[in-house]
Amino acid sequence: MDLYRLTIHELHEMLIKKEISSLELIKNVIDRIEETDPKIKAYVTVVKEQSLAKAQEADDLISRGENVGPLTGIPMALKDNMCTEGIPTTCSSQILKNFVPPYDATVTRRLSDEGAILLGKLNMDEFAMGSSTENSAFFHTRNPWNTDCVPGGSSGGVVAAVAADEAVFTLGSDTGGSIRQPASFCGVVGLKPTYGYVSRYGLIAFASSLDQIGPVTKDVTDCALVLNAIAGHDPKDSTSADVQVPDFTKYLTGDVEGMKIGIPKEYFAEGIQPEVKDAVMTAVQQFADLGAEVEEVSLPHTEYALPAYYIIAPAECSSNLARYDGVRYGHRTEESEDIVTMFKKTRYEGFGQEVKRRIMLGTYALSSGYYDAYYLKALKVRTLIKEDFDRAFEKYDVLISPASPSTAFKFGEKLNDPLAMYMSDTMTIPINLAGIPGISVPCGFAQGLPIGLQIMGKAFGEGNILKAAYAYEQVAGFYRQKPNLTGEE
Amino acid sequence: MNIDKYEIVIGLEVHAELKTNTKIFCNCTTKFGGEPNTHVCPVCLGLPGVLPVLNKKVVDFAIIAGLALDCEIAEYSKFDRKNYYYPDLPKNFQTSQYDLPICLNGYLDINVDGETKRIGITRIHMEEDAGKLVHGGETISSSDFSLVDYNRTGVPLLEIVSEPDMRSPLEARAYLEQLKAVLEYTEVSDCKMQEGSLRCDANISIMPKGSSVFGTRTEIKNLNSFRALQRALEYEILRQAEVVEEGGTVIQETRTWDDAKGITLPLRSKEEAHDYRYFPEPDLLPLVISRDWVERIKKTLPELPQARKERLIKEYGLPEYDAGIITGSKALADYFASCVNIYPEAKTISNWLMGDLTRLLNAGEKEITDSPITPEMLVEMLQLLDKGTISGKIAKTVFEEMFETGKRAEEIVKEKGLVQISDQASLEKMVDEVIGANPKSVEDYRAGKEKAIGFLVGQVMKLSKGKANPGLVNTMLREKMK
Ligand SMILES: [Zn+2]
Repeated sequence: MDLYRLTIHELHEMLIKKEISSLELIKNVIDRIEETDPKIKAYVTVVKEQSLAKAQEADDLISRGENVGPLTGIPMALKDNMCTEGIPTTCSSQILKNFVPPYDATVTRRLSDEGAILLGKLNMDEFAMGSSTENSAFFHTRNPWNTDCVPGGSSGGVVAAVAADEAVFTLGSDTGGSIRQPASFCGVVGLKPTYGYVSRYGLIAFASSLDQIGPVTKDVTDCALVLNAIAGHDPKDSTSADVQVPDFTKYLTGDVEGMKIGIPKEYFAEGIQPEVKDAVMTAVQQFADLGAEVEEVSLPHTEYALPAYYIIAPAECSSNLARYDGVRYGHRTEESEDIVTMFKKTRYEGFGQEVKRRIMLGTYALSSGYYDAYYLKALKVRTLIKEDFDRAFEKYDVLISPASPSTAFKFGEKLNDPLAMYMSDTMTIPINLAGIPGISVPCGFAQGLPIGLQIMGKAFGEGNILKAAYAYEQVAGFYRQKPNLTGEE
Repeated sequence: MNIDKYEIVIGLEVHAELKTNTKIFCNCTTKFGGEPNTHVCPVCLGLPGVLPVLNKKVVDFAIIAGLALDCEIAEYSKFDRKNYYYPDLPKNFQTSQYDLPICLNGYLDINVDGETKRIGITRIHMEEDAGKLVHGGETISSSDFSLVDYNRTGVPLLEIVSEPDMRSPLEARAYLEQLKAVLEYTEVSDCKMQEGSLRCDANISIMPKGSSVFGTRTEIKNLNSFRALQRALEYEILRQAEVVEEGGTVIQETRTWDDAKGITLPLRSKEEAHDYRYFPEPDLLPLVISRDWVERIKKTLPELPQARKERLIKEYGLPEYDAGIITGSKALADYFASCVNIYPEAKTISNWLMGDLTRLLNAGEKEITDSPITPEMLVEMLQLLDKGTISGKIAKTVFEEMFETGKRAEEIVKEKGLVQISDQASLEKMVDEVIGANPKSVEDYRAGKEKAIGFLVGQVMKLSKGKANPGLVNTMLREKMK
């Protein structure tokens, strides 16, 4: 039986009814990884033995008749920037190639407490900087729908693993769209929660004020289940919000009657692929058909989001990545005569092009004499963008846009044109700057490649997002489509 | 060279390690020492993925120090990252406070030559300490290797920045001494300069007297004692004056104090100064300090040095000079209090503390808290003196012996047979011997020269190895020479 094709909620039913065992399930998914991953290359590390042992523990719990949660015995994987005690955590970078954390990230711990079973760690753009996963220092991950295409990024491995059924669910991180853009490229559900909803403790920082961990799943129900497990206050993260976390599954009613939906016109401007626009407008019509009230809205400062982001994120990154100097862990150059050359050569050898580019951008932006013109101004833009959203959410429950202006592009297509690469995140970046949540759900195909619908909500408004996403998903049904990887049928 | 024509301008930046039990952003102990890299965790090692969590005690301590130094406590304050590369800094940035420090606009009154002067305090901010480097060779660049110990990394620090209000090295020293006293009294810091828990950098410039434009300043680092501060400033004034006298200009730079050679040396020029690229620490929320919080802390403030000094003068009749010295260190003042509790002669105690005890402590490079002589032991000795068991001269010997061995006075007196000889029969022979051996002095005495008696008493004391009761010897001599 192809258990690997199923969702969390389907598998959970079977596990508690003892129709299947977790061990059986894990073996099944590992077989799938062994079969398809040589082609997809989503995984950087697979921890087969450990996952089999954990499956046994989950089965023991279930057979003892313990009251187990929906994630118990479910195989999952993490983006390789989330710390896992005793398991390499590389950020797909040469500089952390040999880094084995002595501690677990809070999300790692929470999932493990919920009984979810870690299969391994997933490929990404180095230090989460990129939109195609081509910046991984190790290898390219391929889009399961068309292996000539990128899976998106930076969470390329994270979405490819779910799309290729190499994990039932995964966690990605999203700084400027790194969950939603690849989720749209690979036709899976990807949520970036409100900033501060999910603890960042143990997430290797790219840009601290923007980074957020979120679930990547096969459907919206699974998304709600994973969010239930990972959201909530963590005393180890001072920026994590001390708010009550609801049971998100209660929003999965299918009823959006009377829901107020805004369509930000700036997100449908030039440069958007026509099929993407059509698919999103069709979805909007479906919402209207379901009884939602749909209206156009303006977010006037949208065009300034990208430049502001490319000041703030690199500025924070230039400081966050300063610690990789070869003194304590990670790569250290073989040739160093003194401390300064050791720092320089270690970093020269350890970081890839894009990471270096962003460190330089950020260092420049924070330099004395430039701070006010760049960093401070970018912070002001950020406030304006936030205010755009605040105004919109006074009137609307959610906003809808594409998750990316295009479907997945080919390898190499944008690699030597950083600006073109950066443009693929125009739909997602404002959400990070505002700190609000956004989800990408599949809403159609163009030339066989998935299209993603982005639904945005106000801060801690995940409930409304999931409500809208679920209602749409049930009607549209795109989530049922799977890429054909093994040439069957 | 005549330096009197220059006005000297000094400002100090003082770093004090706080006495919290745990570090500023993690739960590691702040204990001094320990095997290298044992008081560490992922957070203070700056491992990938970790986040800081502010220790509220650090904020409490900063508020205490701010209130004790009459600062305004900011309602809204924040942390910033100070970015620079150095291997003792695990994240290659220091979490500190830049434009919104926790305390602003305070002052500290100092006393120099009987005059009180008010020194402004610009700001106080919180930050984390760095680790400790041990170089294989002399410096980091000339060594084949350096070792690093991160035990101290993340120990909370207060940086206390003064206004450029000091006009002499002596004032600077008095300020640092008084500041140390305040930090000790409020129990915010141990202020152990040898262990580096109190460190000081000095900014200094000179200008012609009467000028209102400050000269170019230099910053002197590595000042690890009051003496080093004073000497370094004295040296630097001469150096700057010499540069000016020779028609040159003082260069703005950072210099380091070489204590062994007694000179300051250039460390880095203004051009080589770091661009720290400060920006708000995104991993910490801004700090909002309610007025309730400040009021709560105000109620717990202990007695400060100035108030204690006034109390010693009023309550015990100590001279102002004595009271100033005793209260200059909280530990010394506490020691004094313990003594005076069980022995009422305040001035006698003060004499012993300022004299013999301080001398022995300094010679042994010991703090008063490490004194082998406890207040009880000192008082016991004073009581032996009062009873006439020992003479004042013997007392000094006994005191030194107590300091050396930690034994009690009575034990030493017994062991060494130092009991004062106060019976006439035992002294008679010695008195006779001295009279017999010094006919000239006896004659002088009889001729009315009072001074001669002193010499004769001294001779008997010598003969008795200091044990004779000098009062009794005096009486006996006069009796016999009648
Ligand atoms: Zn620690």
